[in-house]
Amino acid sequence: MDLTVTDLAIARGGIPVLAHVSLTLRPGRALVLRGPNGIGKTTLLRTIAGLQPPLAGAIGLPAEDIAYAGHADGLKATLSVAENLRFWARIFGTGDIAAALAAMDLKGLADRPAHSLSAGQKRRLGLARLLVTGRRFWLLDEPTVSLDAASVALFAAAVRAHLARGGAALMATHIDLGIAEAEVLDLTPFRAAPTAPAPGGFEEAFA
Amino acid sequence: MSIWEYANPKKFMQTSAWALPWVTGLAVLTLLGGLVWGFFFTPDDFRMGSTVKIIYIHVPAAIMATGTWFMMLAASLVWLIRRHHVSVLAAKAAAPVGMTMTLIGLFTGAIWGQPMWGTWWAWDPRLTAFLILFLFYLGYMALWEAIENPDTAADLTSVLCLVGSVFAVISRYAVLFWNQGLHQGSSLSMDQEEHVADVYAWPLWTAIVGFGLLFVSLLLIRTRTEIRARRLRALEARERMA
Amino acid sequence: MMALLSRDLALAFRAGGGFGLSLAFFLIVTVLVPFGVGPEGGTLARIAPGILWVGALLACLLSLDRIFALDHEDGTLDLLATAPIPLETVAATKALAHWLTTGLPLTLAAPVLAILLNLPPSGFFWLTASLALGTPALSMIGAFGAALTVGLKRGGLLLSLLVLPLYIPTLIFGAECARRGAEGLATATPVLMLLGITLGSLALLPFAAAAAIRVNLR
Repeated sequence: MDLTVTDLAIARGGIPVLAHVSLTLRPGRALVLRGPNGIGKTTLLRTIAGLQPPLAGAIGLPAEDIAYAGHADGLKATLSVAENLRFWARIFGTGDIAAALAAMDLKGLADRPAHSLSAGQKRRLGLARLLVTGRRFWLLDEPTVSLDAASVALFAAAVRAHLARGGAALMATHIDLGIAEAEVLDLTPFRAAPTAPAPGGFEEAFA
Repeated sequence: MSIWEYANPKKFMQTSAWALPWVTGLAVLTLLGGLVWGFFFTPDDFRMGSTVKIIYIHVPAAIMATGTWFMMLAASLVWLIRRHHVSVLAAKAAAPVGMTMTLIGLFTGAIWGQPMWGTWWAWDPRLTAFLILFLFYLGYMALWEAIENPDTAADLTSVLCLVGSVFAVISRYAVLFWNQGLHQGSSLSMDQEEHVADVYAWPLWTAIVGFGLLFVSLLLIRTRTEIRARRLRALEARERMA
Repeated sequence: MMALLSRDLALAFRAGGGFGLSLAFFLIVTVLVPFGVGPEGGTLARIAPGILWVGALLACLLSLDRIFALDHEDGTLDLLATAPIPLETVAATKALAHWLTTGLPLTLAAPVLAILLNLPPSGFFWLTASLALGTPALSMIGAFGAALTVGLKRGGLLLSLLVLPLYIPTLIFGAECARRGAEGLATATPVLMLLGITLGSLALLPFAAAAAIRVNLR
């Protein structure tokens, strides 16, 4: 099943930011969202993840098929790396965390409490969480923030492996990950036009 | 023609602009009529003397205090189900009016209670219930003030109003139970309406209608203000974007 | 659900989890009361059920804002909202975790503190029973309040303002139950009312709390 977004309009803080966004993401493919700051990449990803309702349009994919990773990794500082990961594995009903630890090169850190990790290591743990969700469509919001070159390569390899398994990834990022399958979608043309207020009308004040 | 037509802000503004002077005028007339009639043209009570006349403010205010909460509950439900902005803005606009009515009820009760019961305050079930109602109004308004995004605030305050209504009703009965537990046989019953003589009843009903009209008038004014404030916000947001 | 419960409990018991703070607060409030009302044993025994109930309620209130706020700050709540377990279950589970780390210890500590207030031992049973029945309602109502204020930067004070009026019926029936128990009167009515409030809260408030969280996340 594909992820299809049809004629989507979204708002941030009550102000429309994007309109008429349409995209299709097939299993095995990756799509990179581009656009200047404030264009609404995060809002778009959160809307597709089902965290906020769209103003208009349709999202053709059950939320049960989506794994979302935002700016914050959802880590608990006092739990160890393995405990953090095992929690998410249990929540998503998948058992094994060893593969995810290995894929993100976290094996040596498994028993360290999360508060002793560096920013990049935390980010890697946050991305390892995606692997234990067992879901096909990844929605990634700036996944490479605070990762060094080696870790970016590690992450790119994990994404490529995920695509090879029939998964798909929709990500907002500014870095070229070197993933050949990735297409790029520039969001700038979809910026919502500021509509002029209709004279005397109040209805539009509540858009 | 459906009643939901008035949920359109524009239609509401037009209709309320037309209705407002009439409602306000009628409110002033009935209020003045009821109060003057009650204060100056009714005999003193043989037992309570002239203090009985505070009834013309106390009872209508108390009725409005609870009535306003029910109106807010209905308006919140309409917002949650049908997403009409005017409805939730009316609920927001009603809250301070209801709270003021509760305060008036409590204060006039204290002023009346002093000569009658020899105390400004007693933990009578009905007094206590109004004090609790005051706290509910306070919480509802505080939540509106605290939240930046108007739609988020509308949703959360509506949910609070719903849950709060259930707990307010439970509190009402809990207080009855609790008070019986403290002083056996409540001697401070305040069921005046039941033994009010006809000579007091007619001005009292006039005053109640007057308070009701006053509430509608204040509600219309405040809802119009809220709608204008929202429109201003939207226009400013658009200005910043352009 | 078990995963969330065991994680919340683990977090509470680790360093910085705040477990025991509300218990210490309960102790201090109870100790302060005799300084305020005087050391006379009869007076203390008479007001002990009420004081202990108010103290437990305030101690419960202290830790409410942690129920969802920490998970909201570090993004866990976003991730939980997209996870396979429904948010209603999340809300109920977190209320349960709050009760296990706050309400239950308070209930168990109450008879010990009752000694400080000269409550006759005959009153211990109903004091403990009323707290055991009533504190789950306090946790669930509190979780609802925490869900309402989770998006706010300084929601703590507002949370108290919203939650305390909702606590009134629970407090009335709980304290009444403990008082009647201590005086050897029939307790059936307040016990049933208390039970009704607790069961009703547990049945309905998870839905209200989940709705509030959804609104706060968007």
